[in-house]
Amino acid sequence: MNNGIEKRIPDPSQTQMLNRLWELQKSNGYIHDDDIKELAHLFNLSAVEVEGVVSFYHFFHRKPTGKYTIYLNNSIIADIKGFHRIKETLERETSATFESVDRTGTFGLFLTPCIGLSDQEPSALINFYPFINLNVSRVKDIIAKLKNGVLPETICDAPADNIRYTPASGKSVFFKEFIPGTAIAKLTDIQPLGVIEELKKSELAGRGGAYYPTWKKWNAAKVQAASPKYVVCNADEGEPGTFKDRVLMNTQAQSLIEGMIICGYTIGAAYGIVYLRGEYWWLKNKLDEAINDYRSKGLLGKNCGGINDFDFDIRIQMGAGSYVCGEETALLESLEGKRGEPRTKWFFPVERGYLQQPTIINNVETFCAAARIIEMSADQYIKIGIAGSPGTKLISVSGDCQLPGIYEIEWGMTIEELLQLCKADDPYYMQVSGPSGECISVEEKFRRISMLDLLGQKDIRCGGSFMIFNKQRDLVKVLLNFSEFFKNESCGICTPCRAGSFIIQRKLERLDNGLANEADLEELKSWGTIMRNTSRCGLGKTATSSLIMAMDKFHDYFETKLDKNFDGLNLKFDMNAATKDYEEYKI
Amino acid sequence: MASKVNITIDGKNFLVEEGKNLMQVAKENGIFIPSLCYFEHIEPPLGTCRVCTCKINGKFGPACTEKVSEGLKVEVNDPELKDTRKALVEMMFAEGNHICPACEKSGNCDLQHMGYELGIASTRFQHLFKDRIIDFQPTRMVMEHNRCIKCLRCVVDVVTDEGKKVFTYQNRGNETYVGVDYEQEAKLTEEQAINAMKICPTGAIIVRGVSIAEPFGNRKFDMQSVQKKYSEEIPKHKESQITKKRIATVSLAGCFGCHMSMLDIDAELLDLIELVSFDKSPLTDFKNFTTRCHLGIIEGGCCNDENIETLRKFRENCDVLVAIGECSIWGGLPTLRNSIPLGECLDEAYLNCLTNEPGNNIVPYDEDLPKILDRVYACNEIVKIDYYIPGCPPDANIIWKSIKNILWGEEYSILYSEFKYD
Ligand SMILES: Cc1cc2nc3c(=O)[nH]c(=O)nc-3n(C[C@H](O)[C@H](O)[C@H](O)COP(=O)(O)O)c2cc1C
Ligand code: SF4
Ligand code: SF4
Ligand code: SF4
Ligand code: FES
Repeated sequence: MNNGIEKRIPDPSQTQMLNRLWELQKSNGYIHDDDIKELAHLFNLSAVEVEGVVSFYHFFHRKPTGKYTIYLNNSIIADIKGFHRIKETLERETSATFESVDRTGTFGLFLTPCIGLSDQEPSALINFYPFINLNVSRVKDIIAKLKNGVLPETICDAPADNIRYTPASGKSVFFKEFIPGTAIAKLTDIQPLGVIEELKKSELAGRGGAYYPTWKKWNAAKVQAASPKYVVCNADEGEPGTFKDRVLMNTQAQSLIEGMIICGYTIGAAYGIVYLRGEYWWLKNKLDEAINDYRSKGLLGKNCGGINDFDFDIRIQMGAGSYVCGEETALLESLEGKRGEPRTKWFFPVERGYLQQPTIINNVETFCAAARIIEMSADQYIKIGIAGSPGTKLISVSGDCQLPGIYEIEWGMTIEELLQLCKADDPYYMQVSGPSGECISVEEKFRRISMLDLLGQKDIRCGGSFMIFNKQRDLVKVLLNFSEFFKNESCGICTPCRAGSFIIQRKLERLDNGLANEADLEELKSWGTIMRNTSRCGLGKTATSSLIMAMDKFHDYFETKLDKNFDGLNLKFDMNAATKDYEEYKI
Repeated sequence: MASKVNITIDGKNFLVEEGKNLMQVAKENGIFIPSLCYFEHIEPPLGTCRVCTCKINGKFGPACTEKVSEGLKVEVNDPELKDTRKALVEMMFAEGNHICPACEKSGNCDLQHMGYELGIASTRFQHLFKDRIIDFQPTRMVMEHNRCIKCLRCVVDVVTDEGKKVFTYQNRGNETYVGVDYEQEAKLTEEQAINAMKICPTGAIIVRGVSIAEPFGNRKFDMQSVQKKYSEEIPKHKESQITKKRIATVSLAGCFGCHMSMLDIDAELLDLIELVSFDKSPLTDFKNFTTRCHLGIIEGGCCNDENIETLRKFRENCDVLVAIGECSIWGGLPTLRNSIPLGECLDEAYLNCLTNEPGNNIVPYDEDLPKILDRVYACNEIVKIDYYIPGCPPDANIIWKSIKNILWGEEYSILYSEFKYD
């Protein structure tokens, strides 16, 4: 018996799995048993494998989801902006309850984590069209219109870009005019090695959150002998509170496309794929148009950008509702039409990625920045920002502030400056880089935001999400929202994350109910550390980082949550709750 | 011939084949690294259980997904790592519903074996008691989802002659389970089916009509540890003088099996009586504490409010509490009801039961009757428990050896062959 790697490479046709499932889901509202059989036949799989894929993704269903399928965002930002009222109103107006469809089959109500509109919450997707800044009367109005046969696409919103701040005196890297072809035009001059050199000089590091030097990654793929090679753009933007990639794709699709072309040229890739999260269906058309425009200008396709013998094209692959698919190896699995389970570190994507071929995966912002660096030259780029951390960074600001939106800051700005710019109202603690990032107290507001974090300068590296909470917000409730998120989004393939996030959540509930004591806090910390040290991918590794940090930084607050009468021996026990079911039988 | 490289494991140097799996290298050199999902012939390795986590060049990582290279520095046995790996195995027990005494695989089960090797007497995590099914629909097999640890072995390794998968994960997160393709499963040969049962490290895949029962002592993991040195640290309790101690015992939601086992030391009981006297206990039939005791022995978990009150009394009246047997440690057999709502259990037992006297179907309720709790609770969810003695029931020797150790600091070691969950 030999289970070589071959067995795990799917037939390339299986890469069409998600597209086929989307077609079925969108046209029938669900995926029927017969469809499963047909797809199994088509892709030469057993039926259970197809079911395994379907059941992995949040947006694929095995039961009807209604003529109008409504996904309401339940992220923590939505929560503080009135999510609960919207939820009640939706249930009342549609006569459906959440996670099901009303009796007539008209409305299906579902909850979903952050849909990338944290600057305009509460928000929802109806048949994947965006509806933002919801309030009770708007919801009533929308539902009434839908009942009268108005199509959601005719009444949906066009989410604003909310670009609130760009650095003065022409220092903006991202938000200035971009003339198609300008960056690619430099390629024949500087050659692949020149691109690597420019990126190295610019110190560009991955903007998806891990900050891996981009030039190193590209170089590693460049030197691989295997071919074909691929370029993948990670537009999964799943980290709650992040929406910078949305705004980039909506306003700067050209620099994204050019960044991917530059990468393709540098490493010698055959084509590129943008993995766009299912929550961003409404952005797809515009992106497609931009790609088509490039094709028609001869900037994509055969002799791409007028470079002889360089054939490069780009396609979009829609995701289907899974945070972990933003993890690069899970993303690859998903691209191959499989369950989005992260791979082990046995191979790196630059060695064996998409279809086991060398693959570059970068974030949207990374590609846009790469294009801009080539366009403006690294020498110009490094004049912006601070030494050791040149350039600018896009930050998605949301929560308790008057001006939520995108802030393009020069690296080196302090937390305080950012809080002032967005007119934060009585900030108390901030969640930087999303639930998987860092939790910081307002006392740390003098810290700078930069990439120098690793050098022990105590700066904060921000992945893109910046959520502000004022003193009225209950920290344990925030952390519970996060732990619920990780529990639901864990792919389930490794023990510490699959079981651990469930265990941690139960413990947090104990804390929230006032049943915990000091030992429980210690256990939370220790178990969180075990998850961090042993999980297979970044999801499990970071799922408890805010919790652990919060317990250190807000210890006094946690103290107030503990069982005050604990004698060290008898644990608090809610006898009434435990005997409630039995009391039903009292005659 | 692959070239050789120098690596160190826990400070010792080894010259090994380059690119080889670290897990394999460790094994060949007599170093025990716990593992559950690792299976030599599956490549790339699965890396799902994380039980083999070590420090590799200073960073946490699983040994089974590491290829050895020149200068690799591996730490296996530092205290934090040992505790971490133990926690992961505990997590699996807490996550699934493992009732070893009722399991076909008991004694031949890799998960249980890892529990023994790592000396897990109780899990630090409350058991989750998630409702899971036993799937009887496959033709050849029974799929016991309560016992699956999601190691991925069956998913990757079990295929039909046509190359189709029989098992695939369904759902995600803590809802993940191994789905069986009934059509493909029916196409497996008897041999292939038995192979599936064999590669499953737990009792999740059972082939119908194939008995895997073997007498105690003959089962794969009954007698011999795979570690050179098993269970080195037993906490010692210093107490110079042997003074007579008073003990109380109780059976809460248990079956009295643990009490029966305690009596199973035959003539030694006479020696013991010289050393201890019993207070409140079914052995003396004292209903109440007459004095403060040195030690309380608890059998069984808590299934009603009276159990909880009794347990609290024990905590208040005893210096040290010892939970003996699976039921008191985490709930044990009675927790079979924990994933089912209480109402359903009671209705089934008292109202819809076939043997009911017609017209006499009520669920008993009286102020004088103990109130039944929503689920069975482990003793350590109610009070602090000082020591745990596993087994169902624990062997008499192990009970008294441990208790003598606790009371008088008498030295002893638990033998691998004595440490059991069934
Ligand atoms: C659970 C998880 C989710 C992630 N989600 C995203 C994402 O939505 N977008 C993204 O660009 N990177 C995401 N990443 C990071 C990617 O794995 C990867 O590091 C990144 O795409 C590399 O691109 P970069 O070097 O340009 O940052 C995620 C990582 C993890 C562990
Ligand atoms: S850490 Fe979580 S998401 Fe990542 S592989 Fe493990 S189970 Fe999956
Ligand atoms: S023998 Fe193994 S599979 Fe069976 S219940 Fe015990 S631990 Fe679980
Ligand atoms: S059924 Fe057995 S082999 Fe398959 S994943 Fe579960 S424990 Fe592993
Ligand atoms: S044995 Fe290494 S992860 Fe399972």
